[in-house]
Amino acid sequence: MLDYVKLLILGVVVVCAAIAANYARDVAYLIHMIIIMLTAAGVFIWQLRRTGEPAVPVPTHEYMDGPIRAAAIATAFWGVVGFLVGVVIAFQLAFPVLNFDWAQGYLNFGRLRPLHTSAVIFAFGGNALLAGSFYIVQRTSAARMWGGGLTWFVFWGYQFFIVLAATGYVLGSTSGHEYAEPEWYVDLWLTVVWVAFLLVFLGTLLKRKEPHIYVANWFLLSFIVTVAMLHVVNNLQIPVSIFGSESVLVFGGVQAAMTQWWYGHNAVGFFLTAGFLGLMYYFIPKQAERPVYSYKLSIIHFWALIFLYIWAGPHHLHYTALPDWASTLGMVFSVVLWMPSWGGMINGLMTLSGAWDKLRTDPILRMMVTSVAFYGMSTFEGPMMSIRAVNSLSHYTDWTIGHVHSGALGWNGMITFGMLYYLFPKLWNRERLYSLRLVSWHYWLATIGIVLYAASMWVTGIMEGLMWREVDAQGFLVNSFADTVEAKFPMYVVRGVGGLMFLTGALIMAYNLWMTVRKGPARADAPATVPAE
Amino acid sequence: MEDTYTILQVIARSWGAMFMLLVFLSVILFTLRPGSRKIHRDTANIPFRYDDKPAPAEAPDMTRQFKEARQ
Repeated sequence: MLDYVKLLILGVVVVCAAIAANYARDVAYLIHMIIIMLTAAGVFIWQLRRTGEPAVPVPTHEYMDGPIRAAAIATAFWGVVGFLVGVVIAFQLAFPVLNFDWAQGYLNFGRLRPLHTSAVIFAFGGNALLAGSFYIVQRTSAARMWGGGLTWFVFWGYQFFIVLAATGYVLGSTSGHEYAEPEWYVDLWLTVVWVAFLLVFLGTLLKRKEPHIYVANWFLLSFIVTVAMLHVVNNLQIPVSIFGSESVLVFGGVQAAMTQWWYGHNAVGFFLTAGFLGLMYYFIPKQAERPVYSYKLSIIHFWALIFLYIWAGPHHLHYTALPDWASTLGMVFSVVLWMPSWGGMINGLMTLSGAWDKLRTDPILRMMVTSVAFYGMSTFEGPMMSIRAVNSLSHYTDWTIGHVHSGALGWNGMITFGMLYYLFPKLWNRERLYSLRLVSWHYWLATIGIVLYAASMWVTGIMEGLMWREVDAQGFLVNSFADTVEAKFPMYVVRGVGGLMFLTGALIMAYNLWMTVRKGPARADAPATVPAE
Repeated sequence: MEDTYTILQVIARSWGAMFMLLVFLSVILFTLRPGSRKIHRDTANIPFRYDDKPAPAEAPDMTRQFKEARQ
């Protein structure tokens, strides 16, 4: 019965998308409707061929690893794509001639920049969180994923969201809100996928066999719930026409700005921090083979983080039309947030107490520990930059970009790489990775790349901030904007080189993971039944 | 009758803020309560169980373990 309902829905989607493509008011919408039509038609045929076939019995005594494998592969793939686009736009800034005339309006910096940020945050980071949360919630609940094929829907639905978002940016379909660029129909689709994600996660937690919910799941659940709330509120918009991608936000002026940065900062706080802390609290103890240093501290870390983070957004709007009390509130909470962040960092690092020697021999653990160290550094830098006086120098300069990348490349990137190196042998029943030497190469390329990136952005950011505020004896500004652009050239080249090293490391990782699956020795004590899914 | 903004912000900065603070402090006190160490030690070791397969269906329901132990 359910199969026929699915066929009916898919058929209706194909027809509606075809009609919408016919009436399309802009190119991005037209192409999106054609993509939706073709995808729904493909899924329709796939579903049709399965309908009426005898049902394959679901193995209840095994974990559902298929979607985790898929999400782990997608993480590596989107990582390489996102880093590549990042390197391209870094060199476009250094050498403007790379904004080719023939590609104007499609592949220039303005179009590629949201593609880069969304590809690394939502495609690379998002898939890492999908893989990590599916893996962790099953292992720590001692239960198979709840909801049958719904987990597959979450995975493929999320990839479809990524495809629509990425093609939209290149074609100029954007709502213009940082990290929330997709237009209204893409937002609606993501909401559907996200609710399904929440359901499978909660369902698995509810049927758990362990008495308690492990702390990693608390972080992951808070990430899922909060991102749903942020996404819905920041995208309260009314489409101009159902046949076009344009939409109008229901908030205006300073309310729109405040909502946007409440969203923007909490996307960092709950997507890139709480979610990845969930990964940290599982994979670091696993890789170090010892439980987390203090479980009590991890609970306090959790509650302090979610009580404080939600208020920190206004620090993005110092010296704007925002009321002073609001930006002071944001600043104070950002500074207070330093404490739980460092509590969590200490908890992660001290998990290794008594096992520090493993850092010499295990490059994967080294990667995870470096990631926690970067978490500590960027959660010190962030509160400092949120102080109004510091922000008056740092805001609108490259210092911000440097701060973001020490967090994103160092903390999110490194913990994800560590997770992938842990997961691939596990998920494909391999004894070990193909090569630990290549992991070391990846580690050093990535680390040196981040150092080059962050250091060059500090230099150019502070230089830029100082040049902008420099006045002569008569009180006139000394430098024009173009002067600062010219002065930044050497640092831009260094930044591009750092990014290139980081990308090279990711390519080495992709090769290593591929060879692990292809040629890695099989695990001796592998479970007798190799999962066929 | 004052405007909605004023009413909301007066409630938020007095009772709202107090409520949040109290919830936060009680959560921390509850975490540090005497006798929680055994439970926390057990919970911290969850990642090291059931790595390859879920708990078998016929196994005793582990969620009841602690209630029984405390009787």
